[in-house]
Amino acid sequence: METTNMIEALQYGFMRNALAAGILVSIATGIIGTYIVTNRIVFLSGGIAHAAYGGIGLGYLLGINPIVGAIGFALASAMGMGLVHRRTKQRSDTIIGIMWAIGMALGIIFLDLSPGYKADLMSYLFGSILAVPTGDLLIMLVLNIIIVTLVILFYRPLQAISFDETFATVVSVPVDRLYLMLIGMVAMTVVMTMRIVGLIMVIALLTIPPAIAGLFVRDMKRMMVASVLLSIAFTIIGLALSYTLNLTSGATIILVAGLGYFMSLMVKSTVKK
Amino acid sequence: MKDPELSTADPVIEIKNVSASYNGFPVLEEINLTVHDTDFIGLIGPNGGGKTTLFKVILGLLKPKRGSVRIMGRTVEDGRCSVGYVPQVVEMDREFPIRVWEVVQMGLLGCRKPFRRIDQTERELVRYALAQVDMLELEQRAIGELSVGQRQRVYIARALATSPSILLLDEPTASVDPQIAASIYDMLARLNETVTIIMVSHDMNAVSAYVKTIGCLNKTLHYHGSKEITEEMAQAMYECPVDLIAHGLPHRVLSPHTHTHTHTHNGDHEHD
Repeated sequence: METTNMIEALQYGFMRNALAAGILVSIATGIIGTYIVTNRIVFLSGGIAHAAYGGIGLGYLLGINPIVGAIGFALASAMGMGLVHRRTKQRSDTIIGIMWAIGMALGIIFLDLSPGYKADLMSYLFGSILAVPTGDLLIMLVLNIIIVTLVILFYRPLQAISFDETFATVVSVPVDRLYLMLIGMVAMTVVMTMRIVGLIMVIALLTIPPAIAGLFVRDMKRMMVASVLLSIAFTIIGLALSYTLNLTSGATIILVAGLGYFMSLMVKSTVKK
Repeated sequence: MKDPELSTADPVIEIKNVSASYNGFPVLEEINLTVHDTDFIGLIGPNGGGKTTLFKVILGLLKPKRGSVRIMGRTVEDGRCSVGYVPQVVEMDREFPIRVWEVVQMGLLGCRKPFRRIDQTERELVRYALAQVDMLELEQRAIGELSVGQRQRVYIARALATSPSILLLDEPTASVDPQIAASIYDMLARLNETVTIIMVSHDMNAVSAYVKTIGCLNKTLHYHGSKEITEEMAQAMYECPVDLIAHGLPHRVLSPHTHTHTHTHNGDHEHD
């Protein structure tokens, strides 16, 4: 039934692309989501996701691939928010919230100014894993390779600045540069994830898998691996459910992940007793 | 570890006319301090007297408004490679996924080439540092599962893993059991044969028993390279000796003259 449906569905190119996209995005969200949760930059990441909408609008206005615009806008706003987060000790969340809204507003105005019908605009807001073109898969693959390489190269200094920034500074780890690199990776991951669940729900796929993993493991590498696997599981299950029940894929994936989170909380509390 | 070009007569830390402030409030004023090789300085002073701030200035975490700091004859940014820092234990995210040995391993990060794998010698160094604070059995534990005192010992091990020529310790035994505190002080005394130590402490027994010299810091520094609280210090630092007396200070720290002097003058404040 459901499984046969899925296997039948896999004969379609869009379904294979959807699965590939789900796996590629899960690798990035599992790894970077672990940093987002342990560094407590969930709000900042949400800000980047929404500010990226400005880039989508700009993409339409200039007639280029909106994803390219989104990457540019996400990286720029990430650097801005990252610097604000680093430099201002108090109330950086206020400034990040302002940048969040300005990015969103810019996107809407850019779209007003661009002529013609914007068919797949909703897909950026709510995701469209079933409509990922092969070209976007290639972008995802490249971004993944960049992220995984950087995390392997800088694993220990990244762990150091996440755990104890002061000590990292004292042992002359380039904290500011590493931090901006991390935020840059967050931006790349956010843009990728947007394709799957939409910018509004990006934050859920970035935080739920590491949040579950964090309940059961006390080791960063394991937390990353567990998050990747959980994210893949949620995406595939969500995708299958949305296909069979004819529901919006992004929202179904998030609900599956959310359900997984609350079930994990219950498991954790029963294990503790 | 030691810079061969540096003669032992040269100061390892030289602080000249340093003033620093936090959000516009002056915390340190006109600090002058010359620290020599294998000194063991105990820093005392009231809360908010600037002890932690002085450490931050030495470590380059806070830029002084005026004045200069040199470590091993070099700038703070270069010189802090030779400094091991043990911060005050503060609250942390107990969920943070990091193991004890990984925390200690942070001490290896500084001043080494990036991207290099940790070699056998460095692995040994981490284990040695953990053994020094009697935490080797718990090396696989997550840091959030430890007690505050155990965490403090891990931070000491992390500082040791930097192979420091200078150790800065900020209240290193504030949350540690008395027996463990004693073993940490014994270890510091042993290390002090080759390592210069500056320690902030409220533990007056420890300060009097282990350090070689005492300085009082209350916005300004009173330090004469001796172990006695002089009359001048006592008067200028007011709160320092009150603190000492209140904690039942062993007599040898105060010079006899100063002792009677402070008592007669500050007797009515001893319940401060």
